[in-house]
Amino acid sequence: MSTLLIIEQVLNGLQFGVMLFLMAAGLTLIFGVMGLINLAHGSLYMIGAFAAAAVAGATGSFVLALAAALAVAAIAGALIEMTVIRRLYGKAHLDQVLATFALILIFSEGTRWLFGSFPLFLEIPDYLSGPITLPGGIQYPLYRLALIAVGLLVGLGLWALIERTRIGIQIRAGENDREMIAALGVDIRLLYTLVFAIGAALAGLAGALVGAIQSVQVGMGEPVLILAFVVIVIGGIGSIKGAFIGALLVGMTDTLGGIFLPEVFKLFMEPGAATQTGSALASMAIYILMSLVLIWRPTGLFGARA
Amino acid sequence: MIPERLVNWVVFAGLLAVPLWAIVVDEPFTITLVTRAVILAIAAVGLNIALGIGGLVSLGHAVFFGLGGYAMGILAYHAQTYTSLDLFGMSFAGTKAMPIIWLVAVVVSGVAASIIGLLSLRTSGVYFIMITLAFGQMFYYFAISWSTYGGEDGLSIYVRNGFPGLNTLVPIQFFGLCFVLLCVVLFLSARLQNAPFGLALNAARQVPTRVETVGLNPMRLKLVAFVISGAITGLAGALFADLNRFVSPTMFSWQLSGELIVLIIIGGVGRLFGPVIGACLFVALEHWLGALTEFWHVYLGLILLAIVLFARGGIIGLLTGKEGAHV
Amino acid sequence: MSDPILATRDLCKNFGALTATDSVSIDLKAGEIHAIIGPNGAGKSTLITQICGGLRPDSGSVHLLGRDVTTDSTQARAQAGLGRTFQISALAMEDSVLENVVLGALGASGNPWRFWSRAMSDRSLTAKADAALERVGLIEHRNTRCAELSHGQRRQLEVAVALTLSPKAFVMDEPMAGLGAEGSKLLTGFLDELRAEAPILLVEHDMDAVFALADRISVLVYGQVIASGTVDEIRQSHAVRNAYLGEEG
Ligand SMILES: Nc1ncnc2c1ncn2[C@@H]1O[C@H](COP(=O)(O)OP(=O)(O)OP(=O)(O)O)[C@@H](O)[C@H]1O
Ligand SMILES: [Mg+2]
Repeated sequence: MSTLLIIEQVLNGLQFGVMLFLMAAGLTLIFGVMGLINLAHGSLYMIGAFAAAAVAGATGSFVLALAAALAVAAIAGALIEMTVIRRLYGKAHLDQVLATFALILIFSEGTRWLFGSFPLFLEIPDYLSGPITLPGGIQYPLYRLALIAVGLLVGLGLWALIERTRIGIQIRAGENDREMIAALGVDIRLLYTLVFAIGAALAGLAGALVGAIQSVQVGMGEPVLILAFVVIVIGGIGSIKGAFIGALLVGMTDTLGGIFLPEVFKLFMEPGAATQTGSALASMAIYILMSLVLIWRPTGLFGARA
Repeated sequence: MIPERLVNWVVFAGLLAVPLWAIVVDEPFTITLVTRAVILAIAAVGLNIALGIGGLVSLGHAVFFGLGGYAMGILAYHAQTYTSLDLFGMSFAGTKAMPIIWLVAVVVSGVAASIIGLLSLRTSGVYFIMITLAFGQMFYYFAISWSTYGGEDGLSIYVRNGFPGLNTLVPIQFFGLCFVLLCVVLFLSARLQNAPFGLALNAARQVPTRVETVGLNPMRLKLVAFVISGAITGLAGALFADLNRFVSPTMFSWQLSGELIVLIIIGGVGRLFGPVIGACLFVALEHWLGALTEFWHVYLGLILLAIVLFARGGIIGLLTGKEGAHV
Repeated sequence: MSDPILATRDLCKNFGALTATDSVSIDLKAGEIHAIIGPNGAGKSTLITQICGGLRPDSGSVHLLGRDVTTDSTQARAQAGLGRTFQISALAMEDSVLENVVLGALGASGNPWRFWSRAMSDRSLTAKADAALERVGLIEHRNTRCAELSHGQRRQLEVAVALTLSPKAFVMDEPMAGLGAEGSKLLTGFLDELRAEAPILLVEHDMDAVFALADRISVLVYGQVIASGTVDEIRQSHAVRNAYLGEEG
């Protein structure tokens, strides 16, 4: 096993991690501010991907496609916030789970109805396709590198938004004390809609970006949603920093586990059995990681201590 | 308004009458449909013990359904290929006997529930929901990557497993078997709910601090409820696999976990017959709406939204005019 | 003097910068009512919660019947003989009054692992529960849903649940709140007799009740015990007047 391969896999893990972060950040923000568990976050991811694929198909422009993903997901998010989600604040978690599960059903079937059951493809634009040579002679796909950059930039932007702007102050106030920000004269309904739309836009962006390296299809959002949940459990609910660290941990564990575990097992098993055991175990690696964190710190690495 | 007891009896009678009528008019498919509802009802009755009484919003009950299914699949696979099942250095023969398969399904899913429960119950609220959902996904991916038993394609079992004295391939006989099991599980669940354990569990859902202050451990109560709940859902999984004579990783899917909760909500949370009514309605909707439109899940979603936002007690709540015992 | 039934030693608890419990050492002896008074936010409930196991103190220890129970769980302390009532009712609101008290009896029996028999037909549980309801005067409400009880009745129910445990020591957080003049008088009379069964650590704002009942009073201000003594000593204490009673004239 060469160093080059290891570096390449670490970059893959990083890329997967930052995309998970885009999902997890929105989820954790929405939970932190509004106390809502949103299963339909994966639908917003899917909506972003479909919007991007449709616009790219019509205009041929990748930049327009990304803009469309952001806009459509944000609008869809704002709409469901105003029609459904708003009625769920302060309700039992069971209600939130059911209502957002219902939204998944509606969005998934609605998308299938609009676009059919076949996957769409979103092309990587020419200026981002092909490999690039990194220092040290490593060939790595430029597009994936761009994903890492975008993910990190968005993370930085989110940090700046929350730490450095008026809205950020309101968001942080909202996490700590709901009555207080209402007393300060902040329009809390608007703030909630805004936070939900920001989360939705991040999910939509992630969907579009990942859509270009995988296929765009109905049901693509939920596996990512569940991984984002694992991220949040590891990082701690409501913590953006936790979401970031958790996402990188999960991204790395999943990617490196899939490659290296079968190799590790080959050291003391015959190759066929090693590959099978290794890959079966790799598919469980992140959940084992989650279990370990739970045993060590039930509220996550950066969650509030009970 | 209709008393809940009457609603329960009508449903009970209906579940018996429809298959009998189906024999008269010779429509075996209807019997299969009702059998499906009965099996889903068993799974949901199981889930209702954790969810309705214990307040544990488990979004991972498909794990137990799937484990029950695979317990059946693996045992029957070894029986039909005349191979032995090697586990922990020991060698077991496969079997096609339902009672043994059920026992294995119940034990395996009970053990899994105790491990998942121990881990998940270290937290509560949304964490619990996310963690159970994640464990469901873990089993799903594991089943896909475990190629010995069909991986993604699943396992087909060519002949339905047997029960002493019955011909289980005759739809009405298999239905009868499932129906009796549903009755047993309902009876068990009713006894449990009114027993000291049920009283304590019910209180542990509402005010865990109170339960602690009288010297009981609410976590332990919830864990035991979770294990019983998982074991019953596992039994349903074994029956479901036998109904289809097929198991695949989709039995572990998060959609299935979600649908099991949906069944309970449609019927009425925490009500004895809530899961049964929910399962019947769900299968009916799936059948009728599914025939009308390919996109019937949209309607299911809308109905579900309406129930959550406007009719918290589910169907039983609507019929009896009571909002439901639970908040 | 005999050994105290219940005692704390240098108990400390901080919530961030706020010192909610500041080196509190109090004790409760057989047959007495020891009242804890203090202004709102003084840390009375926080102290009670640490004694009963709901909060872990930062330092210091809690002793029950001569045994250090500082690291014991709430349920272990309850089993060891601590009976608590809550300031903010912790009752199963959906259940009937009787069911709530039967839960207490079930806790006292120590065995909830019965899955078959009917709890509400178990005479050993219901008889105990009825007796407790009878004593607090809630027996005619035994089949009422807890959510329909008045605020004061819920306080009585709290006491009834604690009674079923036959505890070695009672810890009561404002049992008189919301009872009204008549109710307070009845409960005062009841607690007066109850102390013979087990001593009571009583947090209470109702000064008439405190002065009528207490064998000893400790005054808690900003998490600190600023004075401790008999009713007369506390009435005459300058420190107490300045810090607390002075405000009320
Ligand atoms: N979990 C907590 N986290 C942070 N601060 C807390 C917590 N619990 C209590 N406090 C604070 O500790 C202080 C003491 O509260 P406590 O409830 O013990 O007062 P109290 O004497 O019982 O008041 P009251 O007479 O109103 O019941 C208060 O300032 C309260 O805000
Ligand atoms: Mg208090």
